[in-house]
Amino acid sequence: MSDTTTPLLALSDYAIRFSTPDGTVKAVNGLDLSVGRGETVAVVGESGSGKSQTFNGVFGLLAGNAETAGEARFEGRDLLKLSPRELDAVRGADMAMVFQDPMTALNPAMKIKHQLSETLKVHKGLKRREAEAQALAMLKKVGIPEAERRIEQYPHQLSGGMRQRVVIAMALLCRPKLIVADEPTTALDVTIQAQILDLFRDLTSDAGTALVLITHDLGVVAGVADKVVVMYAGRIVEEAPVEALFTRPAMPYTAALIRSIPRVDRDAEAVEPIGGRPPDLIHPPAGCPFHPRCRFAEDACRRERPPLAEIEPGRRAACWFPFVDATSATAHGTPSPEALDG
Amino acid sequence: MAETLLSVEHLSTVFSLRGRSLFAPNVDLKAVSDVSFHLEKGETLGIVGESGCGKSTLGRSILRLIEPTEGRVVWQERSLTDLSDAEMRKARRDLSIIFQDPVASLDPRMNVGQIIAEPLKVAEPALSRKERRQRVEKVMEEVGLAPEMINRYPHEFSGGQAQRIGIARAIVTEPKLIVCDEPVSALDVSIQAQIVNLLKALKERMGLTLIFISHDLSVVRLVSDRILVLYLGRVVEIGPRREVFTNPGHPYTRALLAAAPIPDPKIARSREKTPLKGDPPSPIDPPSGCAFRTRCPIARDVCAEERPPLAEIGAGHRAACLFWEEVRSDPAVAG
Repeated sequence: MSDTTTPLLALSDYAIRFSTPDGTVKAVNGLDLSVGRGETVAVVGESGSGKSQTFNGVFGLLAGNAETAGEARFEGRDLLKLSPRELDAVRGADMAMVFQDPMTALNPAMKIKHQLSETLKVHKGLKRREAEAQALAMLKKVGIPEAERRIEQYPHQLSGGMRQRVVIAMALLCRPKLIVADEPTTALDVTIQAQILDLFRDLTSDAGTALVLITHDLGVVAGVADKVVVMYAGRIVEEAPVEALFTRPAMPYTAALIRSIPRVDRDAEAVEPIGGRPPDLIHPPAGCPFHPRCRFAEDACRRERPPLAEIEPGRRAACWFPFVDATSATAHGTPSPEALDG
Repeated sequence: MAETLLSVEHLSTVFSLRGRSLFAPNVDLKAVSDVSFHLEKGETLGIVGESGCGKSTLGRSILRLIEPTEGRVVWQERSLTDLSDAEMRKARRDLSIIFQDPVASLDPRMNVGQIIAEPLKVAEPALSRKERRQRVEKVMEEVGLAPEMINRYPHEFSGGQAQRIGIARAIVTEPKLIVCDEPVSALDVSIQAQIVNLLKALKERMGLTLIFISHDLSVVRLVSDRILVLYLGRVVEIGPRREVFTNPGHPYTRALLAAAPIPDPKIARSREKTPLKGDPPSPIDPPSGCAFRTRCPIARDVCAEERPPLAEIGAGHRAACLFWEEVRSDPAVAG
């Protein structure tokens, strides 16, 4: 906790390519992203934006046809240069991942207590008894009712919400410094989702664990994140503190995304969709990847890709014409022409 | 204007499950229990509830895609549940359905033209091939698909386009009622809005009546005129959209609203935490009395003794809670 200057995780010029029969898919391109200790960062994007692949790459979980480039430093060590064995020692112990479908993370033929205690035996060298005691304590901490009974059961005997709690308990067992949760509540009902998000909030604030929350759901982001990173076509297009992102989005894609979601707390007759389709990653559009769907696009946007530039302290956007006085971007539905600088 | 198109009367659908061992008796799972409501022409009824609450089974039972066990479905003054198979087939041209998973609900070996034309072959067998093709091209344009795509196959389409094909298939017979079963849940957010707006536009243009089933309350608020909330197969609240969202009378509705994410950091962080603990109980062995009492923050002893009736709590607004006034006197959860 003492070292606050170097980020816990720092990706720089990080890229992922997949070779496919149809050509090379540029899934992630030139990514610069950092996660501080104890920070909760939401990574938002639609399918194909590269948000999941980015972190699959960090954890060494990419498919065989993938190639990574650049750096992914965790506490200063470049994870991309580690041997599989060295990476194994970091994964599970210092950083852990939680997936959308808890069943993929759990072994269906193993009792809960064995799945949980195995992690501790492998990473911490604990004896069975001690490992099982810690596993039980963790199940209670994540709010599993009747933990003594549940720990003797198999995954299929638990509900979806409970399984996700087990997976979170498993991720937390070795007290990691970083948890990456990829759509952890997408498969769950809203009431269960709210419970799991409360749990994440409590755990990160109590234990000082950093959390990367990968999601397509801006509603989830609003309640949990400190910082938000918006990805589009394998690139970061905007990064901002959560409050600023929602009240003053700088990049038209972010603004459009916020406007396109219906709200449970408001009456509305229509939402404003984003026209067109997500980009083709084999033949990405020239210039700004969002320009074919952007209603503010000008010649410059079609010619040259805007770099991810700092627009105010702590905020970056990849746009030639960011909404600088961006209050109008969501408040009135449409940014005024004056908001377009240039 | 109040022309009742559909009445659902005491509808129940029970699934019989095999007992735990070879000689154990079968157990009944009551997926839908004693559901009644009516639909007026041109209105959209949103049906919400968590997974396993019976909302999809209810939608399918109304169309007799699953045979209901008890009760009646009255469609334009005829009881659908009493129709013979042949008569039902005729009635089906007026009744249509859109499914959640757009790609899985399309036959991968049929091209788009064949998929969309399929219901037409049954509903209007007298049409010539040319007429059929014209109808197909017309609906493709209506749902925003280029007619040149008519010979393509489902795998060539993205999720949003595949759902447009599903919608084209649903409207090709010019139905009067469409059951939309989680039609946008599998789509990306930016695409969801496109499909929701398409459904709303088609509804206006074709004078459709919709039953819109979804777990997503924000989408339901956007499309519905009235809302029906299901819990363990029973209606716990039904009423006009604004009333149900701003002045709910059932603690379950309130809890659902409190749990729905709001894309505004200030509001999201200042609202009450979800009062609901635990998971819904099993529909095989539902709790006595009020089925919600095991998770209810205001349950009393009396709630275990009798099932609360679906009582009138406002104009066209009913809720099944003995303590609905208490639920309402709390500060509102949503604006």
